[in-house]
Amino acid sequence: MAVEALKCKECRATYPLDARYVCEGCFGPLEVAYDFSGFEAESTRRRIQAGPHDIWRYSDFLPFESRPKTALAAGITPLVRADRLAEQLGVREVWVKNDAANPTHSFKDRVVTVALAKAQELGYQVVACASTGNLANAVAAHAAAAGLESYVFVPSDLEEQKILATGVYGTNLVAVEGNYDDVNRLCTELSGERDWAFVNVNMRPYYSEGSKTVGYEIAEQLGWELPDRVVVPVASGSLITKIARGFEEWLEVGLVEGELPKFNGAQAEGCSPVAQAWDAGRDFCAPVKPNTIAKSLAIGNPADGPYTLDLATRSGGAIDAVTDDEIRAGIKLLAETTGIFTETAGGVTTATLAKLAERGDIGADERVVLVITGEGLKTLDAVRGSFETIDVQPTVESFTAAAGVEAVA
Amino acid sequence: MSVTVKIPTQLRSVTGGEAETAVEEASTVGEVLDGLYDRFDGLRDRIAEDGGLRRFVNVYVGGEDIRFLDGLDTQVNDGDEVTILPAVAGG
Repeated sequence: MAVEALKCKECRATYPLDARYVCEGCFGPLEVAYDFSGFEAESTRRRIQAGPHDIWRYSDFLPFESRPKTALAAGITPLVRADRLAEQLGVREVWVKNDAANPTHSFKDRVVTVALAKAQELGYQVVACASTGNLANAVAAHAAAAGLESYVFVPSDLEEQKILATGVYGTNLVAVEGNYDDVNRLCTELSGERDWAFVNVNMRPYYSEGSKTVGYEIAEQLGWELPDRVVVPVASGSLITKIARGFEEWLEVGLVEGELPKFNGAQAEGCSPVAQAWDAGRDFCAPVKPNTIAKSLAIGNPADGPYTLDLATRSGGAIDAVTDDEIRAGIKLLAETTGIFTETAGGVTTATLAKLAERGDIGADERVVLVITGEGLKTLDAVRGSFETIDVQPTVESFTAAAGVEAVA
Repeated sequence: MSVTVKIPTQLRSVTGGEAETAVEEASTVGEVLDGLYDRFDGLRDRIAEDGGLRRFVNVYVGGEDIRFLDGLDTQVNDGDEVTILPAVAGG
């Protein structure tokens, strides 16, 4: 195993692999550091291929000395070629990474399974999180499966589906009067007062490593190749930067060849601190007060904002924002062309891809991957009223009259 | 006139373990922080640079991020609570 230490992304100071997330010297974020110098591509590839059918097949690249055993796994979600979507958008090749196909129906299962494995290794009995919904689902479920007590903190105005799909696991569900940034501030304060593993606070360096597995899977599922472009939703910026890190690690080890794909970040206009910074040419994000239907992306104060801006710049990508109407249209477009029903965050991502295609940003020979992070059944309000049903009596005459379709024979 | 300041765990090594402290005679957040810098050796280097705050430090007055107020010029009143926190959590 290659894991070495925690390292500050700003000043490079190193720390032991325990429950901490902030550099005491400069307050910069800590990240897991590895030494892959002993890795040889072919044997590493064989180890991955012989591994389990979940994210732990990539445990050589995760922060553990040996492969953890977890009660609820995650990953190995479908990568689906979406020719009808590509045709509709006028681009050559689009693939959909459908991360709704995880145990609690979002990519958060990946980060939580890693965070909980580390929390258990460090001896924690209680796990907790600040969540916009999907993370709450995942923490509650994985804690239940592992037999750990959990506290999940969410904004009180969260979608009912996400509240119900969290409470069912028997967690301590805390509805906070305020937005996600208030919830996050509260959890940051609490993490200093409680001996709990807050997956996205004091466990954040480990938690975020789970997102690298989205990148590993895309590369493995494309036959050990990198795509040319990846479109990813941006809330805190952790997912997009970690997918890039995953690709960079595999380039370093030689598991894939070529160069880093272009990274396009997708935000909702009603909460677009990173897109606004991108448009203004700034390298930092000014916080905003969220007001969007894409609640899972409603982080007004994104922790990895500056790193997301840097990634878009150095990869030749961009950060875009789309309106709530475009988000609803994006959900419909994906559903009607691929059969995949995504939540509002996926509407943001699909609408952003449509925007890039319309703007002519996508080259004629590009292979594009659209990262769909969550399930449409969790945000049903977004599609309510978007179509009409055909209401009939149970007779052929009634149906024929209502549908306006004559029988063939 | 007194303002309560909540200190995050990451800074308690320079505050002698204090989790909460009071600052008198300050009318802005900047003055509150100056009061802390005078009292605690090494604190300024941890959280400030170029006359402002480091980019991964958040400061709140009554729970509101000072970037939504007037930044370091944000007024503080008697009994206000100022909270210093790392910015890298969440998501």
